[in-house]
Amino acid sequence: MKRRDFLKFTGATGLFILFRAPAMAAPQLVATRPAGYPLDFNAYLHIGADGRVGCSVGKVEMGQGNMTSLAMLAAEELDVPLERVDMLMGDTDLCPWDGGTGGSLSIWQFGPVLRGAAAEARAVLLQMAGERLQVPADRLEVTAGVVSVKGDPARQVGYGQLVQGKRIDRHLADVKPKPVSAYTLVGTSAPRLDTLGKVTGTARFSADQGLPGTLHACIVRPPAHGAALKSVDTSAAERLPGVRVVRDGNLVAVLHEFPDQARRALDLVKASFDGTPPALDDRTIYPRLADRAGGGKVGVQEGDLKAGEARATTLVEADYLNAYVAHAAIEPHSAVAQWKDGRMTVWAGVQAPFPVQAKVAEALNLPARQVRIITAPIGGAFGGKAAGPQAVEAARLALKAGAPVQVVWDRREEFFLDTFRPAAVVKIRSGLDAAGRITFWDCQVSGTSDREAEIGYDLPAKRFSSTGDGGDIGTSAAGLHPFPTGAWRAPGANTNVFARESHMDTLAARAKVDPLAFRLRHLSDPRVIRVLESAAERFGWAAGVAPSGRGVGVACGSWRGTIVAAMAEVAVERSTGKVKVKRVVLAQDMGLVINPDGARQQMEGAITMGLGYALSEAVRFKDGRILDENFDTYPIPRFSWVPAIETVLVPNPDLPAQGGGEPPIVCMGAVIANAIHDAVGARVLALPMTPERILEAIRKG
Amino acid sequence: MAQTIPFTLNGKMVRVTADPDRMLVWVLRYNLGLTGTKVGCGAGLCGACTVLVDDEPAFSCSTPLAAVAGKSVLTIEGLAKDGNLHPVQRAFQEHNAVQCGYCTPGMILAAYALLKKKPRATRAEIMAQLEGNLCRCGTYARILAAVEAAGQEMGGAL
Repeated sequence: MKRRDFLKFTGATGLFILFRAPAMAAPQLVATRPAGYPLDFNAYLHIGADGRVGCSVGKVEMGQGNMTSLAMLAAEELDVPLERVDMLMGDTDLCPWDGGTGGSLSIWQFGPVLRGAAAEARAVLLQMAGERLQVPADRLEVTAGVVSVKGDPARQVGYGQLVQGKRIDRHLADVKPKPVSAYTLVGTSAPRLDTLGKVTGTARFSADQGLPGTLHACIVRPPAHGAALKSVDTSAAERLPGVRVVRDGNLVAVLHEFPDQARRALDLVKASFDGTPPALDDRTIYPRLADRAGGGKVGVQEGDLKAGEARATTLVEADYLNAYVAHAAIEPHSAVAQWKDGRMTVWAGVQAPFPVQAKVAEALNLPARQVRIITAPIGGAFGGKAAGPQAVEAARLALKAGAPVQVVWDRREEFFLDTFRPAAVVKIRSGLDAAGRITFWDCQVSGTSDREAEIGYDLPAKRFSSTGDGGDIGTSAAGLHPFPTGAWRAPGANTNVFARESHMDTLAARAKVDPLAFRLRHLSDPRVIRVLESAAERFGWAAGVAPSGRGVGVACGSWRGTIVAAMAEVAVERSTGKVKVKRVVLAQDMGLVINPDGARQQMEGAITMGLGYALSEAVRFKDGRILDENFDTYPIPRFSWVPAIETVLVPNPDLPAQGGGEPPIVCMGAVIANAIHDAVGARVLALPMTPERILEAIRKG
Repeated sequence: MAQTIPFTLNGKMVRVTADPDRMLVWVLRYNLGLTGTKVGCGAGLCGACTVLVDDEPAFSCSTPLAAVAGKSVLTIEGLAKDGNLHPVQRAFQEHNAVQCGYCTPGMILAAYALLKKKPRATRAEIMAQLEGNLCRCGTYARILAAVEAAGQEMGGAL
């Protein structure tokens, strides 16, 4: 019998009979949720006696604002004020399982899980209130967490009174979440819930635990990728007062109560390494990648490429290069581990607490239930804190040391151990017919995936192939690349959108057509068209054939279901090759928008961060050594770089919420490349577009 | 060799016995337990560790303890008074000028140092003051707006 049958009403008298079936004591978990997520809504929601709602999620807050938007979803479904929701995130003891935070999935994928749980909880609460107030549930309404009888508001009971802080033992199947049309909170801008601790310094990041007796670990690292520890002499370090040396297999660390003393001790460790570092550098990697292009897997092949090429009156062929870039979060990888009462607790800034729990358990040879990961607020991640090696290091050392151990990578370790966004070469061949339409498109991606290599342009013949091996999802081992690479805000897309949208611009210029009009000519997807037109309207796009000398550019892209279009205005100093990005307009259709100001914050942040991979960021390396070790030689965007930014949220509330954190960054390489071309007539084919490369492109014409 | 070094911290006199060469950030975080001051790059290149020494911004990762002897140090923990946020802190909240929040204490202190001297600082002056403070989340535009708003409030109060 289904739960909804329990309440049966006799319409004539308004009487209802409550079937207190025995099944009520033994809850049926009949709600459906995606694989891995607990079915019981109590795993996500706890109603306190004071009516506050505790909302537990396995997702983590790393700056992207999902704490606030998930709280909004719970508050909306439950009809409680947002300020009465307390979020608990990323604690493997207290939060329901989650596969990890990334891929712009918090709202797009997990949002429906939380909504479903909250909707079921609300329906159960209404049922309980109906019994308490002796009215059928359909005569009840909820205002700010108080259930009352419609038309008789004096008869009421609060969620807190109903539940008394206890676990709710009832369950209902097939409860539909609220329709979007009934939303009152979702879709309005809410202030972030996590700002107070962050502006007062009381927010505790993972290195801020202050556990008494904590030892700071500095770990012996190889000088180069491909090098392995051969021998180590720690005797001089051990002579420093208060220093302890802990060795667990290849993990060798010096520990001290103060990090500066631990660092001093590390400098006294004599270690030798062997192995064969890969004989590659940041120039020779490109021919290697180009050689592999075309050898990969064909993802899409449609139409007759040869016929398309035969019809073409203009052929355009180019190789687009993209560099390794660092995540470069300002907070280093940090973890504090404590072994106590047979359990290992690790406070760590990791994007995937549950997978990291499994890794720590495996490393310590413990069952997972004896490991707890507590995710502190994360000081930026961008894909670089998914695997959590620092949590494993801290746990291994704490187990051996018998004291809490803190591991905080220094900036050199950050650059050395980072799983960089992979460098890539994208070869595109395509052609135009006499009418200025594309006849074929052949795209070979080497070094990363072909994700977002196409956006649905009308291409009569097309082929997309890719070598993959960029660790686009998760992390790759060294293979095609000389060191591990991994996910970096919109993996694959920054590279592929840069290549595709640069190439579209070249085709438009060859066809002597305005680049916006050229794109629209090849588009039929109404969402992409609408987003491009929205950007153009805000930007005040005036049609012209590039290079017009104005320094304006356009690009569009998609990621995680969200469509973005960017327009930029740049000034290029011809004598130096220096670029100033003056203005960026970004329009975005992300479906239903949960927290518009939060979405805009991500858009502004992505535009700003994107200036770095577009203009300055490239990791230099040679023979396995990473030559950039800090922000002096690896410039990331700073205040003076910031252009005038305008964001446009293109309304599309009938589409469920799509990704928000990554999509707005994918156009930044292309839109600036296209604006530079429009300014000076020079096409830069490699990211980052440094002054040297721009000068070289200007010289080549 | 450890020495006992007196200085004023957030308005109160403290005496710290430690290696005088120890960088102030370690003293604050691990001798004194004030973890609001963050470590970013360890080399004065990111501004996350910014504190004020005699009202001037200093990178505490590159300022030895001995250098603050007898001076007055302000950290993020000392900015709110009696539970009331300083206008700069409030403006950061009101403008949602915080994402991950790791650079925030340093940003707020650097901005406060400028506005205390010159509440009506121009946008160019604010940018020049904050140029050494990095925010990887890219919240700069909002931080500028927040600092301008805070300046107006502080200027109005004079």
